[in-house]
Amino acid sequence: MKHILKTTAAALALTAGVASAEDVKLGVFLGFTGPLESLVANMAPGAETAITEVSESGKFMGGSTVTAVRADTTCIDSAAATAAAERLITSDKVSGIVGGDCSGVTTAALTNVALPNGMVMISPSATSPALSTVEDNGLFFRTAPSDARQGVVMSDIIMDRGFKEVALTYTNNDYGKGLADAFQAAFEAAGGKVTISTPHEDGKADYSAEVGALQSAGGEILVVAGYLDQGGKGIIQASLDTDAFDTFVLPDGMVGDALPEAIGDDLNGSFGQAPGSDSEGAGKLVELAGDAYNATSPFSAESYDAAALIMLAMQAANSTDPAAYKEKVMDVANAPGEKILPGELGKALDILAAGGEIDYVGASNVELIGAGESAGNYREIEIKDAALSTVGYR
Amino acid sequence: MELLNALILMANFVLVPALAYGSQLALGALGVTLIYGILRFSNFAHGDTMAFGTMAVILFTWWFQSMGINLGPLPTALLALPFGIAICAGFVLATDKLVYKFYRQQRAAPVIYVIASVGVMFVLNGIVRFIIGPDDQAFADGERFIVRARSFKEWTGLEEGLTIKVSQGITVITAVLVVAALFWFLNRTRTGKSMRAFSDNEDLALLSGINPDKVVMVTWIIAAALATIAGTLYGLDKSFKPFTYFQLLLPIFAAAIVGGLGNPLGAIAGGYVIAFSEIMVTYAYKKFIGYMAPGDWSPDSLLQLLGTNYKFSVSFVILLLVLLLRPTGLFKGKSV
Repeated sequence: MKHILKTTAAALALTAGVASAEDVKLGVFLGFTGPLESLVANMAPGAETAITEVSESGKFMGGSTVTAVRADTTCIDSAAATAAAERLITSDKVSGIVGGDCSGVTTAALTNVALPNGMVMISPSATSPALSTVEDNGLFFRTAPSDARQGVVMSDIIMDRGFKEVALTYTNNDYGKGLADAFQAAFEAAGGKVTISTPHEDGKADYSAEVGALQSAGGEILVVAGYLDQGGKGIIQASLDTDAFDTFVLPDGMVGDALPEAIGDDLNGSFGQAPGSDSEGAGKLVELAGDAYNATSPFSAESYDAAALIMLAMQAANSTDPAAYKEKVMDVANAPGEKILPGELGKALDILAAGGEIDYVGASNVELIGAGESAGNYREIEIKDAALSTVGYR
Repeated sequence: MELLNALILMANFVLVPALAYGSQLALGALGVTLIYGILRFSNFAHGDTMAFGTMAVILFTWWFQSMGINLGPLPTALLALPFGIAICAGFVLATDKLVYKFYRQQRAAPVIYVIASVGVMFVLNGIVRFIIGPDDQAFADGERFIVRARSFKEWTGLEEGLTIKVSQGITVITAVLVVAALFWFLNRTRTGKSMRAFSDNEDLALLSGINPDKVVMVTWIIAAALATIAGTLYGLDKSFKPFTYFQLLLPIFAAAIVGGLGNPLGAIAGGYVIAFSEIMVTYAYKKFIGYMAPGDWSPDSLLQLLGTNYKFSVSFVILLLVLLLRPTGLFKGKSV
């Protein structure tokens, strides 16, 4: 009896480790509702493009297929996000999670669910500097750069345009506070002055008190570290109405087509940045996406890359066990090895299966540094004729 | 010149926004206070009644817009307002028949009404989201500004601009007209007088032959009209989103209680007290003092009493102070 038990245990271990053709599930854990829903509409298809590509290649771990399972982070409600992550792991039995999106819910899901369950999470868009130092047992990665980096880039862009005094408002959560602090430190180190740093709450209709305080503090331009569907838009509209400010700096959460569409010509001349690069990879992904979704929307490329990295690491480790493939994520993302762009995942799977090495470049020039986060490439944007236009890359 | 700049600065960032916001709160608080005075319970569904009425107005506005009917420089929503009020009144009367009438016949305690109104609030919440969705809806059209900051600066040569939006002008004018009409109705007409009698002493009113069903019906219709008007003005001035209307419930109740529940005059005063204190306490006076002070001196600090993130606590501090020191409110209302 004991013998039989041992062999079944061994057999089970084998099937869990070296998989024969099976159906692998990946969680797509993004804020389908909530303040980031307009960006997620282009992020989830990004991740699912990579999943379909790998699944249809037939080369993934001896012909296994991969299916995406969606779950809603809500972006703001940590309890709902924790429950959704729990469901992905215990009931849907996913082998890896692409997500979450907003920093607060990502931290909550990581510490409450992913860490105790030993699940790998690769976030395409959680950018809070706090996530660089969070305890993660090597399970957490992000294809988005930390906002410590974005703060420096934003400060450079503002300085290069000749502004020395800015007012700053941020959405009152982990993302807004982290970015605001990082920016203020970088801007003051570069010799600029932040006249006021004041938070605003999302989901309100009236921002006249905030705008009044910002205007009184003064500043040539207003940095709005918020969300384009929420308070960020309200602050900009109220500032324009009262002529408190006429030029705004828009970090990643504010960059999207919905904002110039809602505000119109008054927004012309405002500028900002969002993660993105002019790499070949970004163009490849746009081709792959076709008309189905907008792959140049912020974090869409990062989502594709996050999903691709999980599956390539699985292939490299020849295992869907997070404890095994988490060691391979950095290997497949960085040099040495053959460079891999979007649309070449099948080739990458072949190389890995043969024991070769790859350097995944992907759609966003992936280069993981430090605790497993993107080094950071930014697209500098400006609003012209009430539409977003790219003016350069940093 | 410096003094003028300082005054315009305060007008632009404190006076005009607070006046508009205060008028919207006052209209909402009037509805709450009427229901409290005559039907004797705190109607927690009032915020969502505002959302429902506004939703009806928005749907009519869209219909009119699609037919090409508009009011020129004024928002089309004003034209749709009577239709919205009619639908909202019908809905509120139906709720009264289905929910509150039962408790009235039982002569239930006020707290039971309150809980019933919380139930109505959740149902309304759901209905509004089913019909129009949870998102922001834009329905303002026509001219946006009466005075625009940039042209004001060019015109006067001052450093500070003044903006008055059409929606703010309409809000204040409508609030004045509605309040005047309401007071005329309550003080001069037979029905209004019977409503006040009913509010003062229900049993005596019944003995003197006042028809309670009529009083209740008229109260609901007026409350629905006030809610729809307040909600539409708020939506025109800011934006329509069901969730923000639900949140409006708190400042509206604060306004009604500060003024004295059941006292219409108090509700109006309360609305302005809440609006002005929210904005004035969190305003940074740096620039204002900079203009007022002699020479080029300007203070280094922001001179802000409280950060703007505490603005919601302001109304609650006032509420607590009033309840502690004058439980019946600034004007004599009923104690809570």
